[in-house]
Amino acid sequence: MTPVGLQHYLVVSVLLFCLGLLGVIVRRNVLVIYMALELMLNAANLALVAFSRFDNNLDGQVIVFFIITVAASEVAVGLALIVALYRRRQTTHVEDLAALKD
Amino acid sequence: MQAILFYLFAALTLLCGALVIANPFTRNPITSAMFLVLTIVSLAGLFVLLHAFFLAAVQILVYAGAVMVLFLFVIMLLDLKEEERRTIKVVAALLGVAAAGGIALTMIGVLRHSNVGVGLTPATVEGSTQDLGARLFTHYALPFELISLVLLVAMIGTVLLSKKDLK
Repeated sequence: MTPVGLQHYLVVSVLLFCLGLLGVIVRRNVLVIYMALELMLNAANLALVAFSRFDNNLDGQVIVFFIITVAASEVAVGLALIVALYRRRQTTHVEDLAALKD
Repeated sequence: MQAILFYLFAALTLLCGALVIANPFTRNPITSAMFLVLTIVSLAGLFVLLHAFFLAAVQILVYAGAVMVLFLFVIMLLDLKEEERRTIKVVAALLGVAAAGGIALTMIGVLRHSNVGVGLTPATVEGSTQDLGARLFTHYALPFELISLVLLVAMIGTVLLSKKDLK
């Protein structure tokens, strides 16, 4: 078995990112789309931590720390928006939310 | 040993990530949320393998703890019975798979033909929590303070958005 290198981690990161992208494209429920966005953020985090480890540079981990903080606040605001939206329109389905298109 | 753990956690991450977006058995968002928790925990395992112990702990505390509890709360606040009856459109699914798969193949192809990471060996002295904290409070002191402002703004925004009569 070949030793696990930077490329292995980057391939996992790419695959996870594309899974998140696929979720954003395919799923029609705002909540699940939000979870897929979290997957994409986590894929980027994994790439940054892997680079930080193999480049012997701690800055990558600091950036991941900031990304996690921003993601947490983003989730809080986004979910508040979804709840406000649901209260007004009684749906979380993106195809029912086409007010800007019509 | 490290290689076995890497493949185990990587497979677990990708499998649970796939089950988040498309579960063949149920379309319930709670199942998606639970598989997202599993994805995040196995990602924390990968972080441990990368010797990022502090980030692994933060990942579990913040994501699996706070963020996912928030998700579950919101799912239970909303009445999502109607959502389960809707199906994924086949054309959209095919196009999505083509787009995401194309991007994945392109990126992996570029990775394989580049020499990124070739000759790089993991650092012998890895950054401990102490080093990370020292760096955070010296070199990154200003961003650290600014990020607390972001949290404050997010908190105020959430309170405002949750008010009964949204102006």
